[in-house]
Amino acid sequence: MDLITEVTIFVLAAFVGFEVISKVPTTLHTPLMSQTNAIHGIVMLGGLIVIGLSDDLLEDVIGVIAIAFGAINIVGGFMVTDRMLGMFARRPKPKKPAESEKG
Amino acid sequence: MTLPLAVIEPGGSLATALYIVSFSLFIFGVRRGTHPTTAKQGNLTAATGMAIAIVTTLLLDGIGNWGLLILGLAIGTGVGVVASLRVQMTAMPQMVALYNGVGGGAVALIAWSEFRHGLALGEEIPLDELVPILFSMVIGSVSFWGSNIAFGKLQGMIPGRPVKVPGQQVLNALLLVGIVAACIAISATNDDPSQAVFIAVLIGAAALGNLVVLPIGGADMPVVISLLNACTGLAAAAAGFALDNVALIVAGTLVGSSGTILTLEMATAMNRSVANILFAGFGGAPAAGAAATEERPHRSVSAQDAAIALAYADSVVIVPGYGMAVAQAQHAVKEMADELEARGVTVNYAIHPVAGRMPGHMNVLLAEADVSYEKLREMDEINPEMPRTDVAVVIGANDVTNPAAKDDPDSPIAGMPIIEVDEAQQVIVIKRSLSPGFAGIDNDLFYHEKTSMLFSDAKEAAQGIAAEVQEL
Repeated sequence: MDLITEVTIFVLAAFVGFEVISKVPTTLHTPLMSQTNAIHGIVMLGGLIVIGLSDDLLEDVIGVIAIAFGAINIVGGFMVTDRMLGMFARRPKPKKPAESEKG
Repeated sequence: MTLPLAVIEPGGSLATALYIVSFSLFIFGVRRGTHPTTAKQGNLTAATGMAIAIVTTLLLDGIGNWGLLILGLAIGTGVGVVASLRVQMTAMPQMVALYNGVGGGAVALIAWSEFRHGLALGEEIPLDELVPILFSMVIGSVSFWGSNIAFGKLQGMIPGRPVKVPGQQVLNALLLVGIVAACIAISATNDDPSQAVFIAVLIGAAALGNLVVLPIGGADMPVVISLLNACTGLAAAAAGFALDNVALIVAGTLVGSSGTILTLEMATAMNRSVANILFAGFGGAPAAGAAATEERPHRSVSAQDAAIALAYADSVVIVPGYGMAVAQAQHAVKEMADELEARGVTVNYAIHPVAGRMPGHMNVLLAEADVSYEKLREMDEINPEMPRTDVAVVIGANDVTNPAAKDDPDSPIAGMPIIEVDEAQQVIVIKRSLSPGFAGIDNDLFYHEKTSMLFSDAKEAAQGIAAEVQEL
């Protein structure tokens, strides 16, 4: 890919980000921050690529740490977001009968 | 060693097509993440996109060093799973800071590795590769260290109060100038750049990350984490430029722009500019004010008094803050509200945009306790109703209710929008002591004639009030 194509993609992606995000209820800010946080863990792909190019011990070590960091970012990020959003799920309400008793 | 299943040509149509599928799922996932009913699926959508991107990359021709690669994946996945399952809901903000930090660390390390690889080739490193490498290294390193400091502050491992060094701003500015100059020097000698200078820049950026975040007070950490989240995204996008990887460019940029919006929204809620938060050293000057306000008269009440006031009110507004999160009091608060509602009292919750340590922090906790969505009212919506509210109960919130924000132009938080509890007929503040909040300033509300202080842990107080209401 040449530089100008990459810049084009970058600029368009920036606008997509602004448009997609700009209407979020405050309630969802923390989960959304957490989810986007998980998405930037995609940089782990870079680690997967560069570790294959490694030709000394230092680069091996750098590569393993980079991949581990990236994996923590991805796995932890999505799981924590899922746990947070699980709180918003409409649970079946076992309290209904209690409420009607109170009348 | 390469596995025979490595079949996809890097940069080829198939790889690019799969990456396009993957980033489309990210965009779609974030889109769904903006609505409460679809957010959970949205997160799964984005995670699916991530899985596709990872599998695609693993199948690329040239991927090797499998033993170490799998070791890294295994360690990271293990740590990520265990940490996410163990973390308590109240510690979410720290967790996001930590995950953001390791992401930044990964970016910086990958940049270093790419740089070394460029050196090993012994040829001129093209500038359209070298500049993104330098950018992602610097920003990744700042983000890693900055996020770790933010984590330490929220976790209470580092004092939440601003830590100031004389000449801080000058030092930071010099450091930044030095980093930029060194990067220009590396770029100018791209036929044979110095790794020593590169490592010096890496360390300089680490120092900058520490120095920028240390002087910022704990109350401003959400804005800082959000900003660093955006930075890590941009650093990942830069890494995508260096690696010619379209998935990295789109996903990183997406995070960069979303994080920027979130940061601006939070800063707006505090009525301050991002620059002001970063450089003002919030809460640096409360010493004089604190000394002058010792021993001011206040009214202290028992849980029983509070219960009576609440039970005979028509409308009650609960204002939760970080103290509720720390005490894990959300379930007790919900029970208290249930008792009051059973007596016909209207109970609503007033959520300040920056209550707690992150926007939405209170909502997450109250949702965990099964408080219905409609009862969580935003600041602008609830403030006009305050004069008609009989009792406002402030539970572990402090700065977001401080009337000094609108009355005292000299206050460090002057102009910050607040929940106007001082407009309510009566105020009950549940708090362990009169000590100032994270902003480090005294709260006039505590000494207001309408205010009764219930000195207690938030959870015990809520349970106590619920029990007393039942007795009535």
